[in-house]
Amino acid sequence: MMTDNVFLILQDNEDARPIVEAIEQDNQNAKVEYIPGLIRIESPGSLTVHRDSVSELIGRDWDIQELHLNLVSLSGNIDEDDDYIKLAWATK
Amino acid sequence: MSLDISTKAIKPVRLTYDQVARRIGENKAGSRYQEATYDIQPTTNFHYRPLWDPRYEVFDTSRTAIVMQDWYAFHDPRQYYYGTYTMARAKQQEVAEKNFSFVEKRGLLDTAPHIVKQKVRDFLTPLRHVEWGANMNNCFITDTGYGTAITQVTMFNSIDRLGIAQYLTRLCLLVDENETTGIDKAKEDWLSRDIWQELRHVVEDIFVIEDWFETMVAQNIVMDGLIYPLIYDRLAGEMMHEGGSAIVMLTEFMNEWQQETVRWTNALVKVTAQESDANKDLLSQWVAHWSDRITEALKPISAEAFSGDGELFVQEVKQDLLERLSKQGLKV
Repeated sequence: MMTDNVFLILQDNEDARPIVEAIEQDNQNAKVEYIPGLIRIESPGSLTVHRDSVSELIGRDWDIQELHLNLVSLSGNIDEDDDYIKLAWATK
Repeated sequence: MSLDISTKAIKPVRLTYDQVARRIGENKAGSRYQEATYDIQPTTNFHYRPLWDPRYEVFDTSRTAIVMQDWYAFHDPRQYYYGTYTMARAKQQEVAEKNFSFVEKRGLLDTAPHIVKQKVRDFLTPLRHVEWGANMNNCFITDTGYGTAITQVTMFNSIDRLGIAQYLTRLCLLVDENETTGIDKAKEDWLSRDIWQELRHVVEDIFVIEDWFETMVAQNIVMDGLIYPLIYDRLAGEMMHEGGSAIVMLTEFMNEWQQETVRWTNALVKVTAQESDANKDLLSQWVAHWSDRITEALKPISAEAFSGDGELFVQEVKQDLLERLSKQGLKV
């Protein structure tokens, strides 16, 4: 059976760039697609944004909640903690 | 009638400046920090040598014995350029202002015991002069240093030091209910009280170092690495237990500032030491020299300031500093 994809769509701007870079670092299978004004990141099975990776890239402490400032859409069940946000399809 | 709405993507011809693209690669947007840092300082076509020192060009790598292949290898982990720096400090200043007005409004210092107030006058207020020295030294590094990656940070650093001196002044004014007696006395102490003379000697010796990288090591790495944990962490902590919790509130900026600045100096040491063994030896030698001198200078102050064994605290902060630096690759 094919693994279902999860995706995350962010606005294409200065703030989103390091988030995308962090996702690319931490999720080997993530595919990034630039559509006008937006960045769509698709990944088979799951996709995780780590707070530490983004903090490292922007040089200051980054709050997971800041993701919402540039978040357009997402799919998948959300597992959110202080240190990461993970999208995945729950296994039945 | 049917409307056909379609989007058309217009790709920018360039994603960043050429000098940034040369470092990070084409087809990649540079961050603001990269764009405000990489290769901003001029490197060629200096028509005249400075009249005040014709041995060198205006910007000259040979002003320091440290040799770097690339002077933009230094990455500030905080990624401070003018914009991020001012925003970060504005936020911190708001917090500090709130703390000051809270302490004033609630009269928190009125209830502080006499001994704590006297410690502010005796041991915190004279540090204004150390901060001024640090301001001078960082201006010197900004002036003679090479590469925006370093000089922009030292400029910010020198402004920070004036801010810290102002906080110390305000703290003393608060303790003395707006009389300047404490401040005048502290200057008197700085100039003539025994326990301060060795430290003043060190500060003045650092003024006349010619190699800006050595100034950096002596001031920003060794001196700050010893004084800040000793005074704003350990001494302020002791004052808190003696009933001066307001003091901890009013010096919190210094604590925070040090923790943040250490991230930068650690990165700086690491990159420089990795470059070559010659750099590593030179840095280690400077650290050994200045850490010995400054710990000696701090001992008499510490012995007076702490109720316990003050000299032991100096040894402790020295140990911490050397351990931290050896983790960055120095042989100390």
